[in-house]
Parts: sequence; structure tokens; C-alpha cells
Amino acid sequence: MKNYRYIGKSTPRKDALDIVTGRTKFINDITIPNMLYGKVLRSPHPHALIKSIDTAEAVRLPGVKTVLTYQDVPGWKAGFPHHVRILDSKVRYVGEGVALVAAETVDIAEEALRLIRVEYEPLPAVYDVEESIQPNAPQLYDQFPGNVFPRDNTVFGPHTLNEVVMGDIEKGFVEADFIVEGTYAYENIPNPLPPESPGVIALWEGTGKLTVWLASQGPQIFKAAFQRRMGSINLESYGSPVGASYGSKYASWQYALPAVALSKATGKPVKLVYDKTEHLAAFTLRLGSRIHGKVGMKKDGTVTALSGDWLVDSGAYSECTQAMVAVGCGEAQLMLRCPNWSLKPKMVCTNRTASGQVRGFGGQELKCALIPILTLGMEKAGIDPVEFFKKNYVKPGDGFYWREGVWWVCEGMDYSKAIDQGAETFGWREKWKGWLKPTSVTGTKRRGIGVGVHGNADAGEDVSEVYVRLEPNGSAVIHCGIAEHGTGQRSSICKMVAEVLQLPLDRVFVTPTDSLVNPIEIGPVGSRGTYAIGGAAIAAAEDAKRKLLKLMAPKFNVSPDELETMDGIVYVKDKTDIRIPWIKGMQYYGSIMGHGHFESDFSKPNFMMIFTEVEVDTETGKVDLVKVVGATDVGQIIDPLSLTNQLNGCLGSAGIDSALFEETIIDQRIGRIMNANMIDYKWRTFAELPEMEHVILESSFPTHRFQAIGVGEITPSPGPSAVLMAVSNAIGVRIHDYPITPDKVLSALGKIAGRREGENNK
Amino acid sequence: MKFAHEKSSHTTVTLTVNGQNHLFRLGEGPREVAPSDTLAHTLRERLGLTGTKISCDEGACGCCTVLMNGKAVLSCMLLTVECEGKEITTIEGLGDPVTGAIDPLQQSFIDHTAFQCGFCTPGIIMSAKALLDDNPSPTREEVKEALSGNFCRCISHYHVMNAVMDAAQKGGKV
Repeated sequence: MKNYRYIGKSTPRKDALDIVTGRTKFINDITIPNMLYGKVLRSPHPHALIKSIDTAEAVRLPGVKTVLTYQDVPGWKAGFPHHVRILDSKVRYVGEGVALVAAETVDIAEEALRLIRVEYEPLPAVYDVEESIQPNAPQLYDQFPGNVFPRDNTVFGPHTLNEVVMGDIEKGFVEADFIVEGTYAYENIPNPLPPESPGVIALWEGTGKLTVWLASQGPQIFKAAFQRRMGSINLESYGSPVGASYGSKYASWQYALPAVALSKATGKPVKLVYDKTEHLAAFTLRLGSRIHGKVGMKKDGTVTALSGDWLVDSGAYSECTQAMVAVGCGEAQLMLRCPNWSLKPKMVCTNRTASGQVRGFGGQELKCALIPILTLGMEKAGIDPVEFFKKNYVKPGDGFYWREGVWWVCEGMDYSKAIDQGAETFGWREKWKGWLKPTSVTGTKRRGIGVGVHGNADAGEDVSEVYVRLEPNGSAVIHCGIAEHGTGQRSSICKMVAEVLQLPLDRVFVTPTDSLVNPIEIGPVGSRGTYAIGGAAIAAAEDAKRKLLKLMAPKFNVSPDELETMDGIVYVKDKTDIRIPWIKGMQYYGSIMGHGHFESDFSKPNFMMIFTEVEVDTETGKVDLVKVVGATDVGQIIDPLSLTNQLNGCLGSAGIDSALFEETIIDQRIGRIMNANMIDYKWRTFAELPEMEHVILESSFPTHRFQAIGVGEITPSPGPSAVLMAVSNAIGVRIHDYPITPDKVLSALGKIAGRREGENNK
Repeated sequence: MKFAHEKSSHTTVTLTVNGQNHLFRLGEGPREVAPSDTLAHTLRERLGLTGTKISCDEGACGCCTVLMNGKAVLSCMLLTVECEGKEITTIEGLGDPVTGAIDPLQQSFIDHTAFQCGFCTPGIIMSAKALLDDNPSPTREEVKEALSGNFCRCISHYHVMNAVMDAAQKGGKV
């Protein structure tokens, strides 16, 4: 391994001082002169037509600047396909916007909401994905008959992956030694729940200019998606820092468009920040996922055929369900080397708050239901799941269809070594007693273990553009629209550029996340920060360095490739007698601009395996997570502490804990979310931390000059199915859905009857 | 330092925040503190001390934790009018006001990268500060207990534990 100056070494985050002193300005910490506050009146009905809205009294309240209804708002449409209006004459979930208010204070805006009188005509509602597709089910949209979103879509181009169908499925089943079938579901629709609620400030000036300050992981995505839809207005977007996102604050139109409409109506800046109830009960959350699947397997764990109906519950609209299904379908193939597939998704709408993107992006939702079906086959074959995953995870030379429908051949690495070392660190061999067998039993406490796997080829997704500007004083400015949402990626690209230019880290800066000064950047999503954004930053730094050395060469009477630079000084390699600072070449009025570009490369999937050990109390049904070991190979660590932070993140943000206690509970009699507060929506506290360890290999990945690949997005995704496996092994009975709450454990053990009322699942 | 009319009245409220005295007139007007205003609201909206974060706004997440007379309190669960005469310390008030040096606990959070998004960090630091002021040599279990009311969704808990224990072991030295 190379010995770098910064890469692989822990360095303080560039934004650390601001964070620990409270100086970091998140969206709700920003105030603009003359700013108004926006609030949303939300529907109490899961499905209803709006017969009339009377806003007169609200408008008359002193301090109210405007009240908008579906009759007043611009006709901009969002979602996939474009079908979601800012406000509509029909509401499709409890919490959907009915009217918007802008007022001088939040209190006045809230008071105005109470003065708006709405007459609804309630309609029957449907919450279950299979009931929703029945012929007599209430219909949510005229344009989506049967409550099914169109399968054909162009979200990733004309051949967007919308299923996994290949080979000869019948032949595959004939070749199998045995066939297993089952239904599993992951439809507790957990909320990623970043501490900072979604928020935005929008300022529409005259007819020509719109500025948005967004809590978003990809603030330029909103510009890219909506500038044209708003009549090609000059849209400037600012983002960063984000009080975390976990994927959920990305396109951001759900909260941005209402604020933009209010600013357009008032001509003033409007801040709209969700309160926590809105965040939990009216914002997008995970997809629901249910699979009826059938697997053909040979005795040695070779999968000969996989068929299944994947029912995807998107809630009241599709924020980007088609994109998540496309990536999920790709990720299923990364996990399973199988020649014959017929996995068919159906994207369905129901009368609950919509699903949107969350880290794991379709793949986590798919795998949490698909892996348990595969385990039915593993159980029958008597195969250890670690061995099964090792045999079946994509290897160099294996092919797969990725999200845009193109066949890619893996040029990455074989992760078998990471799997072996992870198993060893966890003590898998000693603890594994076979399928549905506990590791140990002590009185009423039974321990069990489970393992899950996930990987994503999006670590090399999409285009990134970066400029690196060298300043005469021996500093560098990275022009990059990358937002900071907690991964430390803004610091990490500084480390990469500092390494290339051999500059002190405190002389490398990133521009603010302002679309006016930066080239387009879709943001650090899908683990792309390290390879894609990092790749563009490295290329820009190398380009700048080339230009610098070319500029300086005449002063040494040598060719540029004989020169080297360090700490803002240029010298001839291996000779340090003549040292000329950058300023002698650039002069005090000059600068050098390097350009870097990254193109999509889906040939290098990343990898994450999670081993879990649980302890189940068979008397109370409570499940405790005792130990977690993560195993991955990142090629080269950029920042050790930022990486372990990301890996520890496997627990929260609708990750592992969505197998244990995280769920959004809907009372199906009234369509309301019953736990829209942070006491009833459960989350892990400091007092309940499991033992956590990680195996991180650095096998020099064939990416960019630092041979690294990102894994941040995927760290939670293998976890839930691993926990499901562990609990089933502990108690000797299979459980078919999440979260594994005490009542489900006791019910599985035959100690109590039935299911809870209001249960989301069938 | 105290105001001349230090006796509390029904028309004003006085607070000491990070060593500075503030006198607010009570009322519903734009320059007044409303009887329904929480301490978190007053700190953020009236004094511009936005380091104190509001997340749940109902006492569940700990993001708004500040010190009141040295004890950790949830500023979203206190009305400003209840804080008459109290000494409040926010994240902005840590460190040495003369030299500008940050508190060793803050430095330890930097050294351990004991945060990710950083939104919950001020609340966690204030809870940890209250603990260390009261119990300079806590066990890991005591730290966990003291921080169990602080929500962190990125799961920076493990690094936070290391940062607090390390700060305790250094005994207030950077």
C-alpha cells in the first residue's frame, strides 16, 4: 500500500470547528431580510375530493400575505411520470397539502391555517398493495388505471431496467434439485428521519430569477429537474450543509415547490420548514416491498432459476419509484449469479404518504423480501448462508443488466476475502449451528445469528464536473457543487486534491454549494462521492498541475515532466536546490484552472456484508441486537474516521433497526399515521448500542489514482434481512416480515394469537 | 452584573445567556417575548443563537439541550418566562471567552470526528458538558446514560463515546 500524505490518514473534518461550536448554518438557521414563513394546510382524509375551500377569513388575518389553493398554484408537475401537482383538487393521503399560507411569522401562518374552511367529499381508501390492484379497489388517479404506475419509463433512458427477465426460466426450474416458494414482505415503511426536518427558502424575483436555499444532498438536481418546467427561469440553487438526509432530501421538490409558489405569489423570500410531525406523517419514506417468489436451486447452492412478483407499494405517488426499481433490479443480479430470471415488479399506489428515495434505493427494499426466500432454498440444501453469498456475489467477468438496461461486465474485485475475514472476526463458524437452530440457549434467552449482503454499481454513476483553481499564494479552490450531508465528502475531496497537488490541507478549499459558481453536480448519492466526484476532482487537480508545471518549465529550462510541486513551490524532481513559488509563474494577478470530468462506470460494484447476533427473550418476545460486524473492501481508505462513521450508520436511518422496532404505523380505519412523533416512532439510544466491529480491506480497487470505492450509501442495506435470519434461527421459527416486534415473536412461538390491529402487513 | 430593576415583574423577563444579561418585554408584539415562547425559540429567533437546534420540538430528541444553572435542560420544553433570572449556557458559550479557545470537549469531538451531519452535535456536546462538569471521571456506562436522551441518526454514537471518554481522561486539557 502506498504511503500518502493525507489519503488513508485521519484528518479533522474541514467543517469540524463550525459543527462543534454551533456556527454551522443549517437551513432553519438562515434568515433573509423581509422573509416570510410558509405553512401547509394538510388533509385529514386519506382520499377525498375537495368540494370547496374558503380562504377569505385566513387572508384577512393581519400578517398573512397570501393563501394559495389548487386553483391558484402554478401547474408544475413532479414525480415519475410527472403526475404530482403542488396542490390538487383531490387528496390521496392524510397529510397531503390542501392550501399554502405565507405570513410574517410562523405563528400567524399557523393561525391562518385554522381559518381556512375546506369541504371534502370523502372517498374510500386502500392501503394494502394487493387490495389496491383488485378490480373494485378505489382508484387514485384517472391516468393510472388499476392503481399501477406504468412499467415503461425513461427515467434512465429508453431502455430503463424495469424487470429482471433473462435465460429460460422453465428450463432453470427443470435443472434445479429442488424448488422453494414463499412470500416475504418489508413494508413497515420506516422513515429515514434525519434530525433536521426538510426545509427550503425560495425567492422568486420578478420574472427572471429564482433562488432556492435547499436542505438537500443534491441541490443542483432541483435546478436540473425544474428550471425548464418553470419556464426556463434562471434558477440559482444553494445547498449544504444538510442536517442529514440518508437519501431522503434529494430532488426536494416535495418541500421546495410549495415555497417557490408562495414566493412567486408574494415576491418575497419564503422559508418553509417542516415540523417533526409533518416530517414523520407527510414526507416521503421507504417503499413497501412484498415478493411472492420461487427459487430453483442445486444442492451445492447454485441458483438455476428465480421467478417472482415484486409488489412495490409507492404510497400516494411515485417520487422516483421507477428509478429505485431499476436500481433494485440491477442489485438483485449483483447478489445472485443466476442464468434464468423472471422477476417482475409492479409499482402500485395506495392511500398513504408517498414513498421516495432513501439510501438502499430500491435494493434494500427488494433484498429484505428476496433474501429470506433464497434462505428457504439454502435451508433445504443445508448450505451455510455465508458460503452461499460468497459463491453467488458478482465476480470479475460476471455480467449484469444495470439500471439503464445495458449489460455490464464486472471489472471490480472478488470480495471473497472480505467475506472470509468478516466471518472470522464475527466468529461465524463457531456460532453457526444450522438453519433454524440457536447459537445458544440460556433459560428464556436464545441467541441466533444471521448474515446479509448488498452491493451497488452506482458507486460509479453519472457525470461529475469539477474545476480546480490554483491561486498564486499556493492554495487551491475546488469548484464543485458537492453538498455536505454528513459523510465528510467535502473534506475527502480536499484530501484528494491536496494529495495530488501536495498542498497543506488547510490551503485547499471547496466553493459553497452554489449553482452559479459550480459546474453541474448531482451530489454524493449512491456511494458515488469517492469514485465519481473524487474522480472528477482528481482529474481537475491533475489538469491544473499539468498547466502549472508547463507554465513554470521555462524558468527551469527543463520539460514540464521533469518538475514537481510541493507546498506551493515548484522544483526539479530529486533536486531541491532551486525552488520557485507558484506566484513567480502565475504573478499575483493570475490563476490556473484545471478541469476534471467523470463519466458513468457501472462495471465496479461495491460490497457490504453484515453479520448480526441477536438475543431473543422467549418470555417477553423482545429482541436485542448484541453484535454487528460489517465487512467490506474499499480499495483504499480516504479518511478512516469518516469511513467508520458511515459503517456504524448501518443501524439508523431506516437500516438495521427497521428489522427490530422502526415502523410507520397506519390506522387503516382512518388512514392516519399513529406514531408521528419521536417518542412513538422508535429509535436507538446511546444506552442500547450493540457491540460493533468492521472488517475493512484495502485491495487497491481499479478506479482512480487512489484506487478507492465508496460504500456509504449501502451500509444499512444488508442488515434487516440478516436480523430476520438471526431471529428465526434463535427461535427456530420463521418470521415473514418486519419489524420483529415482541408480539410477532410471541405469535411465532405460539404464545399469543393473531396480529395487532392496524398491522400494515398481510 | 444585574439590572437595576432585578426584581421580576409580570411585564419583563431577564436571562443571563453565555454571561450576558438580556431583558425582554413580555407581549405578543414583534419585539417582545410571548408567554408561549420556548427558551429554544427565544435563543434562536431573538438572540440569533442558532447553535441550539430544534428537531422534535417536544422534548424527545435532545437537539436543543442547553445548560441552565449548570444542568442540562431541553430548551424546547421550557417557556422563556419560566427562566427568569436563570443562567443559560449554549454551545456558543463554551470555551474561553477571553482567548477564544474552544472547550477541550469540543476539541475532542473534532479529534474523534464524533459527528457526521452535525445537526445533533451541539445538543450532545451540551449534555456531555453537563455530565463532565458534574462527574469529571465517568464510566462508559455513565456516559451512555447521560447521553441516552440525545438522538443521533447518523450513528456517531461510537465516536462520541470515544470523544467524551478521551476528554474526561485528559481532565480538561486539550
